[in-house]
Amino acid sequence: MANSNETLAQSLADQAQLNLSRRLWRLWHINESLRGYVLLSPVLLFMFFMLMVALVTLVVQSFWVDAASGAAVQYTLANYALLLAPEGDIYRVLLGRSLWMSLLITVSVILFCYPIAYVLAFHVHRHKIFWLIVITIPFWASYLLRVFSWKVILQHNGVLNSILMAFGFIDEPLDIFLHNRSAVIVTLTHAWAAFAILPIYVSLEKIDRSLLEAASDLGDGFMRRFWRITLPLSMPGVLGSALLLFIRNVGDYVTPALVGGVSGTMLGNIIVSLFTEMSNEPLAAAVSIAMMVSITLIVCAFVLLIGGRKRLKDVT
Amino acid sequence: MERLRTPGLVPLILGFYIFVLYAPVLLLPLFSFNDSIYMNFPLKSFTTKWYVAMIEDASMMKALWASVKIAMLSAIVSTILGFLAAKAMTRYRMRGRGVIFGFIMLPLIIPSIILGASLLSFFRQFLDIELTLWTVGSAHVLISIPFSMLVLIARLEGFDRSLEEASYDLGMSAWQTFRRVTLPLAMPGVLASLLLCFLVSFDEFLKAFFLSGNQPTLPVYMYSLLRFPQFLPGVLALGSCILIVSAVLVSIAEWLRRGRVNT
Repeated sequence: MANSNETLAQSLADQAQLNLSRRLWRLWHINESLRGYVLLSPVLLFMFFMLMVALVTLVVQSFWVDAASGAAVQYTLANYALLLAPEGDIYRVLLGRSLWMSLLITVSVILFCYPIAYVLAFHVHRHKIFWLIVITIPFWASYLLRVFSWKVILQHNGVLNSILMAFGFIDEPLDIFLHNRSAVIVTLTHAWAAFAILPIYVSLEKIDRSLLEAASDLGDGFMRRFWRITLPLSMPGVLGSALLLFIRNVGDYVTPALVGGVSGTMLGNIIVSLFTEMSNEPLAAAVSIAMMVSITLIVCAFVLLIGGRKRLKDVT
Repeated sequence: MERLRTPGLVPLILGFYIFVLYAPVLLLPLFSFNDSIYMNFPLKSFTTKWYVAMIEDASMMKALWASVKIAMLSAIVSTILGFLAAKAMTRYRMRGRGVIFGFIMLPLIIPSIILGASLLSFFRQFLDIELTLWTVGSAHVLISIPFSMLVLIARLEGFDRSLEEASYDLGMSAWQTFRRVTLPLAMPGVLASLLLCFLVSFDEFLKAFFLSGNQPTLPVYMYSLLRFPQFLPGVLALGSCILIVSAVLVSIAEWLRRGRVNT
């Protein structure tokens, strides 16, 4: 009797297990999201640690007391207090300068890229893909080498000076090209060009051609049609790449280090030197966080402003 | 669209932009054959001695090899991860798809220096491990995933889902379907992703600068040489080789990527 009870229990348990696995199997087949999430899980897990946990660690570290290794961890607000104190002037100046320069770089990239994107979208009719690829190729070539080649061009005994002297425009090499902010702006404009050309091209290409014809038929000249139709309709590409460029360029390190000199130094340079030469990692972390928070605030304000204007336009 | 009024204007504008985009980069190969450690005009005589110097520089070759190893491994890992993500994004309707997409794209948006600093802090303080080529490689995987996912989404979106369904209906298992239907169809995208991720990792400077321990990657090593004029020609020679290889790889990748989806 006991034996048969046991067998019964066993078979019931088997049944339950079978049911469970069958239900899981059915859930797997019916529920699309589940399969999607399972496929995504390796990526999300990897990114959770390498991105989220890493950023949290940086935030936590920014509250540490800078102490010799081995000492117990203590928490403090001193790193952030320093950024606001009179002694922290240099960090605020560099943060302001980096934000301003990033804005100038962004504007300069967009102004440089818009004409070529426009020509590619409207006036190149054959081999478009070929030209797009040709324009993209330098962007994939080593960033470090591209920045370095601008140093070669602009430096004291460099390409630009030797050409100007060969043509007799100047007698002595000039030092005005390298080690300043314009050098940084020129170099980064060149470095990021392809990054903006493609999105602007895509949004120009999407414009319904009949709208442009309508504008012309109704008597708009080229400039008027551009201001009223083409430019507003290409704004998604322009604003999208502008936001990305602004965010990415605030923290640039290589370009200011190679061509920026003293007046072109940016916040990225001081973050790196805090990490390396001064080995004050908590302060470096605090400066990084301050930079990220400022960028986020500016970007949010910008997005709200755009959204607000758009809504106002929709209402009126 | 009406044509521009001046007929020669379009080629002129294209030519101008191609010149501005390419000329600075092409200076490096030009000077790498110049028999002088100063990079200016007029050029001196032609020489290949900088290329000989480059090959004889053992630590440069070591850095090159380190970068190649990291780039290959990182390309493979990020393409696998990117493929899974792209498959999930294109095949299944999920709640929160947009948010997840944005999250995976984040490494492209966050400034390099913030990523570098946070990963340094993560490896050293959170995991408490030594900095090696592995730490560099994992950071490169992080920044390559968005590229890989974008390339593969574009490829996977293009093909007919009924091909996979037909394969299931004909009695193939999930694995067989993947091997014999999905993967061959996605192959151009997979190859493009491998090439682009290789280049992303091979060129990456700032994260490697933060995260490489004693063994530098090639960009980190080259950066350390840029301050010394006597080493510059060697850097130029290697840089020229890198530029040419990169240009070839990108051209192949773009050709594969933009090619039509035809089965």
